Order: sequence, then structure tokens, then C-alpha cells
Amino acid sequence: MKPQAAARPVSPVRERRLGAFVFLAPGLVYLVVLMLVPLALVLSNVFFQRGRFGGLVYEFTTENFTRLIDPLYLGVVGDSLKIAAVTTLIALLLGYPTAYLIAQLPPKWKTIALVAIVLPFWTNFIIRVYAWIILLNGQGLINSGLKVFGLDPLELLYTDGAVVTGLLYSYLPLMVLPLYAAIDKLDPQLREASANLGASPLTTFRKVTLPLTVPGVLTGSLFVFVPSFGNFVIPEMLGGGKSIMVGNLIRTEFLKARDWPFGSALATALVVVLVLLLIAQARAARRA
Amino acid sequence: MRRSRLLHVPFWFTYFFLYAPIVVLVMMSFNSGKSAYTYEGFSLKWYGVLAQDKKVMEGLVNTLVVAVGSTVIATVLGTLLAVGLARYTRSKTLDAFALMPAVLPDLVLAIGLLVFYGLVQFTLGLYSVILAHGVFAMAFVAAVVRTRLAGADTSLEEASRDLGAGPVTTFVKVTLPQLAPGIVAGALLAFTLSLDEFVIAFFTIGNLEQTLPIVIYSMIRFGVTPEINALGTILLLVSFTAVIVGQRLTKIGESRAQD
Amino acid sequence: MFRTRFTRRLPAAVAAAGLALAVAACGGESTDSAETAPQATAAQLNPNADLSKQSLNVTVWDGYTPKELTEKFKEKFKVSDMNIVLHATNEEAMTKLTAGGDSGIDVAFVSGQYAQALNEQGLLEPIHPELIPNLSNLYPEATQLSYDKGNKISVPYTWGTTGICYRTDLVKAPPTSWNDILKPPAWADKKVTMMTTERWLALPALKVLGYSVNTDKDEEIAKAKQLLLEAKPHLLKYDDTTFGDLLVSGDAVMVEAWDGWCPTTDEKQNIKFAVPKEGSDLWVDTMVIMKSSKNKEAAHAFINYILDPEVHRWAAENINYKVPNKAAMDQVKVAPGSLLGIKPAELLDGESIIDLGQASTKFTRLSSEVTAD
Repeated sequence: MKPQAAARPVSPVRERRLGAFVFLAPGLVYLVVLMLVPLALVLSNVFFQRGRFGGLVYEFTTENFTRLIDPLYLGVVGDSLKIAAVTTLIALLLGYPTAYLIAQLPPKWKTIALVAIVLPFWTNFIIRVYAWIILLNGQGLINSGLKVFGLDPLELLYTDGAVVTGLLYSYLPLMVLPLYAAIDKLDPQLREASANLGASPLTTFRKVTLPLTVPGVLTGSLFVFVPSFGNFVIPEMLGGGKSIMVGNLIRTEFLKARDWPFGSALATALVVVLVLLLIAQARAARRA
Repeated sequence: MRRSRLLHVPFWFTYFFLYAPIVVLVMMSFNSGKSAYTYEGFSLKWYGVLAQDKKVMEGLVNTLVVAVGSTVIATVLGTLLAVGLARYTRSKTLDAFALMPAVLPDLVLAIGLLVFYGLVQFTLGLYSVILAHGVFAMAFVAAVVRTRLAGADTSLEEASRDLGAGPVTTFVKVTLPQLAPGIVAGALLAFTLSLDEFVIAFFTIGNLEQTLPIVIYSMIRFGVTPEINALGTILLLVSFTAVIVGQRLTKIGESRAQD
Repeated sequence: MFRTRFTRRLPAAVAAAGLALAVAACGGESTDSAETAPQATAAQLNPNADLSKQSLNVTVWDGYTPKELTEKFKEKFKVSDMNIVLHATNEEAMTKLTAGGDSGIDVAFVSGQYAQALNEQGLLEPIHPELIPNLSNLYPEATQLSYDKGNKISVPYTWGTTGICYRTDLVKAPPTSWNDILKPPAWADKKVTMMTTERWLALPALKVLGYSVNTDKDEEIAKAKQLLLEAKPHLLKYDDTTFGDLLVSGDAVMVEAWDGWCPTTDEKQNIKFAVPKEGSDLWVDTMVIMKSSKNKEAAHAFINYILDPEVHRWAAENINYKVPNKAAMDQVKVAPGSLLGIKPAELLDGESIIDLGQASTKFTRLSSEVTAD
């Protein structure tokens, strides 16, 4: 994308500094005070030790980091990555066409279609998960339906598949909305021009539409991947607690073991990985 | 068009997928038994129980207050931040920083805020939750608005500046309307996320109030009953009605403006 | 350009400042949390304190106390305000209570080993028996529980044991051993559940192997882990909260359960509870008073009020939990075969789970290894 101020003489430097201040300062200050400081307060525990009964012993140690390098924890991270990746992929495959078609709708229907995407999420999370249990259960609706056709019941619930389904269900809107924002701003004339020049619809999509919507794809993917990766409720309720993910580990260390130092180590590792992902995404988006 | 036909499959499947559990949810609200997932017969009694349940109603009101408050904060700050990041800096670190709340494990942020509020002696209550929800919601709004800004055509803005309008006027009259769909999408997202958020709310709300997710989650021990399904169904109806009414009003507004 | 350099350095500068602030704060916190007791110290509680100048915040599980409790207490003791705050698990309550500073909670309902842990961290106010005359209503056995002998920092509210809750119509024979869950017969395969909380997850395996539930020996824990890993493929799921529902719906036929949670009073009358022959634990839910509380007299009055037989019997009569209150239980009509009939002496056969201090991390590791597959 073309560089900012360099190509054109726009406004005086002082005005741009003022602009930067007005736009960036409020949000950044808010985040520093209410995110960075609290984060530092908790994660700094990583250098201390767990007290005998769960408090903190203020003695410097790096053992919390060395504990991380362990096949058990690395295995859990690997499983979480797998599940999150599968969920994100399916969300993309479903979400992109949906966002695309929503963007083609007449304005009146656009809003309704968008709201219809988030409307289910204005009910309560726990009942939605319960609804999935009803659908996927041994005697649930899907299996009852299969029985009607004389087919054997499938073990649907308390499996990795159930976890992916649950995660997909929870985060699909997070894929659709950013994608919609990206697709909707495209100039339809670009597509028409491409078609007029003889390109097939698929080529137009590949060479015109898709590249221009990459920021939306990246944002949506991040929004689905990250919470899927760190989730703990769905693996517990729909996975039957049979295969824990990173989120469960962190929660277990903070809440059950009351080992804040080690929990902080896990969380720090997680945050570092995700921030790296974010920076990579930011780079890719700025290049697009 | 032929191409679009194929795209219709995932499109309709998405909506089917999103609403199948909702149908189940509504059905179970009429369950005569007290289990939230074993159907025993038809009954309206849970709607009656709901109407009399003060705890649930208070939770609902609090949740709405928090959601509206945090959405306002998130939308304003997030939009400003998005414009700032897109137009006034090239720092990828800042980009990542603005998105960080969305990638943090919520439990860590929750505990961090609890300790922080304790440190600065900020009284816990609905305000502490609104501020806390604002943190992560802002990241989502900023990200959604950014996608709208990325590679966007700045010629209109430049034209406006060339014509002598100051940066604020340009922002309000040119940029904002262009961003509007992204802002609306972001705000919708922020509102939705806040409504259901449990972990951060639980740890930062203190001892006098509860939000709906907290009330419902604490019911798990003695059994979630179809009363919650009844609540969910009512919420759906209300939201649905609100949207339709909003649409009608916008249309009336538009047609009046044209007169 | 000035701005770009500035904005680039900003995050780093801020992070450093945040970290410095945090470390400084932590230093302050550690001494604070042990000394936040305001006016009243252990020796100075006033039995004639004016309760109308005090208020009360209680954190407890939903549905665990009578709905009218707040009204009745306020009416009787005229406290200026009273709030019941809910928590769904011990862990959530613990985090709020230990996050540093004043949680605002006066009385907390937590299970025995958590009371012990809170006390070890210096967060609890000692119980002043002179302000709780109703302590004499407790069974003698309830005053000698291993996590708090003599009720120095906690007062028990309900107690019970862990066992197997099952559907009488769906089992071929009533369960008698923990092996019925660990190595279920074919007709129960994938229809049994175990708990997720690590101490209770380990319990069946430890008991079957004849070990103590409070063991910290690595070999014993390793053997238990082996058993649990072998049991995993036969499980429907790990569940701490909805196992009762699973029995009612028939998805499960036998579940590891706390007796109070076993829905034996379900209308269909087809659910029963059994304590396996290898033995089990004795769990106790207790009331504790926070050292940071500014309303210690009101807190004591509350506990005393709960121990009144007229009030305490509510738990037995309405939520089917046994209470360690002899005066209350004597007034309760116990149906034959009901769980309420389990005598304190029988309960004491169970081992109380105590907090193992540093060794508890061994159990956390155990549960992570078992559930992570």
C-alpha cells in the first residue's frame, strides 16, 4: 500500500503529531493502565515460588520456566494447536462465502443478515453448550435421527470432534464480521473490470477479491484461532475433560493447584507465542 | 449467477448450523421436567418461574448495563485507535499491542485486574467490570475497523483536506461515514462478547452484584433448569423484535429525509 | 521521524514501568495481606458489639442456604446490610480470597482442606468460641476433624462421603467396589464417570491400592496414575458437576459422586448411593471468617445462627445434606435407607482430605497426566 505522508505534501508536522496524539493516546493509555499493568502484576509472579499452601514466596527462581519443557505440557500445546487450527480452517471455509454473500445483499437485508449471525449469541453460553449436548448425545437428536434410518448411533459427544464443533459454534461470528468488513468495502467496479477483461469468476476471485481481503482473513482467523487455542470450558463440557487443552492447564495451575508462579509461566509462554503470531499478522496485513 | 449458487451452500449451512441449537434451546424451554437436557413433556411453567426470579432478573439488568457501557468505551476508543494505527504510525509493535487483549488468556487478565483494583483501591462493582470488558472489547473493535481501513482509498480524505477542512472535520464528515459499517460490526461484536463473558466479570465484580453468566454458572452445582432456556428464548424474541423495529425506524427516517 | 521513534520506544518503556510497579507492589502486598486486620484482633472481640453498625458479606454455593436466610438474619440481628455472593467451586472462592488486599468477604463457605490452606496463608480470623455458644450442638466427632482439630479456624456446615451413585434399574448388580468404576463390567462400559478435581480423581485408585488419600509418596501416586490411565478408555467423561443429570438421563449408570449430590430423592426413586468396600473420604464444607473482615462480631453471630438447630436442619431437610449438628439431626425425620441416616461414626471411617502443602502439586501433575492422555 502506498506510504503515508511521503508521497504527498499533506499537513504540517505539528498537526500530524496532534493527530497521532488524539487518535492513539486515549486507547493506548487505557490499555497500558488496564491491561499492561495488571498483566505485569500477575506475570511477574513467574519469578517467584509457590508457597507451601498456595501463596507466594518471594524468592527469585527460574524453575518455573524449566518446568515448561516437559513432554506433558508440550503435548497439550500440540493438541491445542491442532484443534484450534482445524476449527479456524472450517470457520474460514464457512465464513468467507457467508460474509461474501452478505456483502452482496441489498442494504436492508445486510443488517438483518449480520445481526442474524450474532443473535444466537445473545442467549446464554451455557444453554447453548447444553443444546449441543442434547444434539450430540448418545440418545440425542442426531443419534435418534440415525436410529430412525436404521443406522448405528455414533459416539459424537465427549470427543475431539465435539470440541471442534463447540469451538466453531462459539467463534464463527468472530470470523464472519471482520471478513464482512473487509469484503464490503471492495469496489465492485474492480471485479467488473476484471470480468470485462475476460477473467473467469474463479480467477477474478483469486487475483482480485482474495488478495484485497487478506487483512480480513487474517483478522478473522486470529479471532477464531486464539480463543480456540486457549479455551477451557468447551474441552471440559463437550470434550468430557478427556483431553485437556492449554486453557485447562492454565486454569488448573491458577485455580486448583494455586500455583500462580507456574501458571504465570504457562500464561507467559502462551502470550509470547500469540504476540509473535500477532506481529506476523500485522506485518502481513501492512504489506497487503 | 452460477458462481453464486455454489457459494449458497456454505451460506445456508452457516445459518442452519448457528440456529439448530437455538431451536433445541427454545424447545427445551417448554420442558415439563427440570433437566436442561432431558425432555419430559410440554409445560409453560418455567416462564412463570423466570418472571419471579429476582436473582436472574437483576443479573440480566446488570449484564445489559455492563454490555452497553463497555461497548461504548470499546467502540469510541477502538475506532480512534484503529484510525491512529492506520494513519499515524507504522509501528507493528503498536499493532500487536492493540490486539493483545484479544489474545490474553482471560483468567490471567481477570486475576491481574483483581490485584490491580485492590492495589489502587478501586471499589469493585459494575464499573470495574465495564472498564475490564472495555479492555478486550476495544481490541476487537479496533481490529474490525482496521480491516475496513486497510488499503482504503484515502483520496476522499485528501480531497477534503485540500478543500480546507481541518483534520477533525475531515474525520467526522468523511472518514467516519466510510468506516460506519466496520464500526457497527465492531460494536455488535463488542456487545456480544460482553453479554456472555464470565471469567473477567466474576473476578472483578466484587460482592454486591452479579451478572447473568455468573448467576447461571453458579447454578451448575444444583442443576441448570429450563428456566434459563426460557430466559434465552425471551432474549432472542426481544433482540429480534428490536432489530425489526430498528429497521422500520431507519426506513421511516430515510424516507422522511428524502421528503 | 520523531514520532515513529517515540512510538516505537513507548511500549518497551511502558512495559518496564509496569514491571517495576508490579514488583514494588508485590513487595508491599506480602506484608499487607498478613496484617490487614483493622481494629479487632484475636483478643479484642466485643460480645456486646452493636451489630447495627456492621454488615455482612458471605460467599457460598448457590442453593446451599435457605432463601430467606438474609431476611431472617437481618431481622434478628439488625445488621446494616447483608449480601450473599455465589461461587460455583472452591477454587473460584479461593482465588478471590487470596488475590491480595481486602476481598470484602466476611464469611466464606469452603471445603475443609481449603480452610486449612487459607489459614496457613494467615488469612483467617481464629474462631472465638465464646461468641458461638451453639458450638456445643456439634457432634463430638465434628470437633476433631484432621484439617482443623478443635475447630480453631473453621466451623463445619455439612459433611459427607464420596462414593458411587447409581441407577438401580440400569445396573445388573449394585456396585460394591471402586473397581466397578475403574474396571466397569461390559454392560457399564463408557457409562461411568469420574471426578475431575485431582484429589477426588485419585481417590478411587488410591483406595483400591490400599493407600491413604493423603499420601505424598511418589511410587504410590505413580501406581494410582497407572490405574487411572487404564480406566480412562472406559469412561464416558470426567465430571464434577453434572453427574447427577447424567444418571437421571440414563447416559451414565454409575458415577463417582459426593453423597449430597447424589439425586436419591429424584421422583423416579431409581437412584441409590453406595460407599465402596475399600473405603472413602470424609468431606466437610465449613464456614470461615476472614482476617480482613471488619465485621467479625457479625460474622460470629452468623455462624452461631447457622448452628441453631432450627436453622441448620434446613440443609438436611431441603438439600439432603448431612449436617454435623447433633441437635439439628436429632430433630430431622430420617427415612429408612436415606443417606441422612449415615452415622457420624461411619463417616469418620473415611479419611479427611487435608491440604498437602508442597506435595499437592504432585496431584495436580497426576490429574494433568491422566486427563491429557
